[in-house]
Amino acid sequence: MKKMKSVISLLAASALLAGTIAGCGGNAGGNTASTGESTATESSASGATFKIGSIGPLTGGAAAYGLAVVNSVELAVNEINANGGINGYQVEMKGEDDELNAEKSVNAYNTLKDWGMQFLVGSTTSACSLAVSENTHEDNMFQLTPSASAADCVAYDNVFRVCFSDPNQGLASAQYIGSHKLASKVAIIYDSSDVYSSGIYQTFAQEAVNQGFDVVSAEAFTADSKTDFSVQLQKAKDAGAELLFLPIYYTEASLILTQANTMGYAPIFFGVDGMDGILTVENFDTSLAEGLMLLTPFAADATDDLTVNYVKNYKEKYGETPNQFGADAYDAVYIIKQCLEEAGATPDMSVSDLCEAVKGKIVTITASGLTSDTMTWDASGEPNKEPKAVVIKDGAYVTAE
Amino acid sequence: MTKKKFKDQFITYGIVIALYLIMEILMKTGNLSSHLKGLLVPMTYYAVIAVALNLCVGILGELSIGHCGFMCIGAFASAVFSKLTQNTLPAAPRFFLAFVVGIAFAALFGFLIGIPVLRLKGDYLAIVTLAFGEIIKNVINAIYFGVDSKGPHISLNNVMDLGMEPDGQVIINGAMGITGTPRDANFTIAIVVLLLSLFVVLNLMNSRDGRAIMAVRDNSIAAESAGINVTKYKMLAFTISAAIAGAAGVLFSHNITSLTATSQYFGYNASIMILVYVVLGGIGNIRGSVIAAAILYLLPEMLRGLNTYRMLIYSIVLIAMMLFNWAPAAIEWREKVAHKFIKRNA
Repeated sequence: MKKMKSVISLLAASALLAGTIAGCGGNAGGNTASTGESTATESSASGATFKIGSIGPLTGGAAAYGLAVVNSVELAVNEINANGGINGYQVEMKGEDDELNAEKSVNAYNTLKDWGMQFLVGSTTSACSLAVSENTHEDNMFQLTPSASAADCVAYDNVFRVCFSDPNQGLASAQYIGSHKLASKVAIIYDSSDVYSSGIYQTFAQEAVNQGFDVVSAEAFTADSKTDFSVQLQKAKDAGAELLFLPIYYTEASLILTQANTMGYAPIFFGVDGMDGILTVENFDTSLAEGLMLLTPFAADATDDLTVNYVKNYKEKYGETPNQFGADAYDAVYIIKQCLEEAGATPDMSVSDLCEAVKGKIVTITASGLTSDTMTWDASGEPNKEPKAVVIKDGAYVTAE
Repeated sequence: MTKKKFKDQFITYGIVIALYLIMEILMKTGNLSSHLKGLLVPMTYYAVIAVALNLCVGILGELSIGHCGFMCIGAFASAVFSKLTQNTLPAAPRFFLAFVVGIAFAALFGFLIGIPVLRLKGDYLAIVTLAFGEIIKNVINAIYFGVDSKGPHISLNNVMDLGMEPDGQVIINGAMGITGTPRDANFTIAIVVLLLSLFVVLNLMNSRDGRAIMAVRDNSIAAESAGINVTKYKMLAFTISAAIAGAAGVLFSHNITSLTATSQYFGYNASIMILVYVVLGGIGNIRGSVIAAAILYLLPEMLRGLNTYRMLIYSIVLIAMMLFNWAPAAIEWREKVAHKFIKRNA
C-alpha cells in the first residue's frame, strides 16, 4: 500500500511535468498554422502578412462587448483583404478571450504574441487594457484600444484609443447640459463598482460646478445590485431633479426607465455612449426611451453609406446589430491601415519598428470612420473628435440641437 | 519526525523545485513561449492560496469559501505600501516590506474575522466566511484613499470628498482600484513564497500544535477533554491560513498593474475556484493542492486553441478529472492497475 502510493504520486508528478513540457512545445511550435474560427484569412502568396490581434471578453456576462470588437476586426480585415490588403500585403487577425479578467487578458496577449501579432486592437475593457498596456510598452508593440476609456489606459506612448476617455465623456456631458441650459437640478445614478461609470461620474460632478447647475443627488448601485432602482429614483424625485444623468450601460438604463415610468417620474434622461443599444433591449417598451438624450459616437441606424454597409455586413455575418464597441474596433483597423500606408511599412519589419512607424504617423493623419468624420490624435493617445448628441424620437436616433 | 513523513515532505518540495528548475532552464534556453512564461507567476500564487485554504479546510476541518477576501486584503495593503514608497525605497527591500505589510494585514483580518466566525461549525461557518469575503471586496470597492502634503485622506463617498491638495496622489480610487503598482513579482520570488508556505504548513502539520489542530478537527469534544484549548488552535490555524492567502495576494498585486476589487478576482466564484483546487488535490493533501492548482490554472489556457468551446471543454475535463480521482470505482480500478504494474515489475 505504501509503495503503491508513492508510485502513484511519482506518476502524478511526472504526468504534471510531462503535461507542462508538452504544453510549451505545442505552444512554441504550433501557432504558425492559421486554424481556428477567429483567424480570418490565408497567407498571401508571398507569405508575408500583417498580423493584427484583438482581445476581449468572448465568454461570460460581458461577451457582447468582446464579440462585437473581435467580429468587427474580422469584418474590417476581410474587407481590406478583398480590396488588396495593406501596401499589397494581406492581413491576418486572431481574437483571444480574456473573460473580463485583467490577468487573463495578459495571458491572451502573450498567446497572441506567440502567434506573431504585430498590432493589438484591444483590450476591449479598461482594466484589462490597462494591464496589457504594461506588456505592450515593454515589447514596444503598437496598441490601439477601441473601447478602453479609463484615463490611465493610454498613459504609455505606444497606446492610443478610438473612443472618448471617461473624463472626456463626463466633461462633454456636463458642458452640453450647461451650455444648452437643459436643467438646473441634476440627479445621477451610476455604477460604483464599474470603472467606466464611476470615471464619468467623477469628472461630471467636478465640472458641474463650473457649468452652473446643481447635482442634487448622486446615488450608486453595484454590479451585485442592479435590478431594483426604486430607492435611487425616489431620492432623485424627492430632490426635485429635472434631469437624470445615467453614465451607465443600456441594460441597467432600460430598467431605470421602466421603473421611473411606473413611479410616474419623468425627468429628462441623459446618457453617454454606453446607452447606445437601448432600443434593442428585449421586452423593453421603446416608447419609454422617447426624448432620451445621449452622447454617442455611433448610431447603428445612421444613414451614411459607411454605417449602412457596416451594419448590413455585420448583420449578415453575425446575425446581430453591432454596437459602438464594434464600430470603434472597425475604425481601429482602418486607422492602423491608414498609418501603415502613410509610412509605407512592410510586414517584415520588426514589431518595434512597426510601432515607431505607426506612432509617428497617427499624430499626423486625419482619419474618418464610423465613429467620426474627422479624428486626429496627439501624442497623449487621446482622440480629438466631436461627440454627437442624439435624442430618441419615434424609436430612432435624431441629431439633437 | 518519522522517516516516512520526512520522505513525504521531501517529495513535495522536490516536485516544486524540479518544476522550477525545468521552467528556468527552458526560459534560459529560449524554449518557453511567452504565453507560458506569463502563466508561471499566476500559477504559483494560486498554488500558494490553495495551500492556505487546504490548511483551513483539510487540517482545521472548517470549510471557508471567502478565502479570496484575505488575498484581496493582502493585495491591496501591499499595493498601497508599494505605491507610497515607490520613489523612496529601492525595489528589493520595498518588495520584502510589501510582503510583511500584506501578510500582516491579512493575518490581522483573519484573526478579527476568526473571532466571530469560528464560533460556528460546518455549513454555518461556510456561509459566514462567504459573507465576510464579499464584505471585504465591497468595502475596498468603496474606499477612496489619497495622500498629499497634509497626510493621508480617506473617504467612502467619492474622490472629490478627499479634499486633496493639487500635489496629492489618489492611491485607491474606489472601483477603479489601484493602478501602476510596480511589477516586482517574478517566478523565482513566487516559487520561494510557495516553498516557504509549504514549509510552514507541512511543519505545522507535524508539530505538537498541528496534532492538536487535527485533534480538534476529528473530535472537538474529545480534544477539549484532553486539555486542548479548542479556540486557541482554531484561531491559530485560521490566522496562519489567512496570512498565507495574504502572501498570495501580494504576488497577485505585484504581477499586474491594474488591481480592482471585482468579483472576477476576489468574489465568491474565485474562492470556490480555489476550493475546487483543494478538493481535486485531496482535502488535507498539501502536495495535491499544489499539483491541482497548477494543472487547473494551466488547463483553460492550454485549451485556447479551441476558441469559444474552451470553457465548455474545461468544465467537462474538470468533471472527468474529479470522477477519475475521487469516484470509489475509479479509485478501485486505479489500484488494480497499479497493483498489476508493480507485480509485473517486481
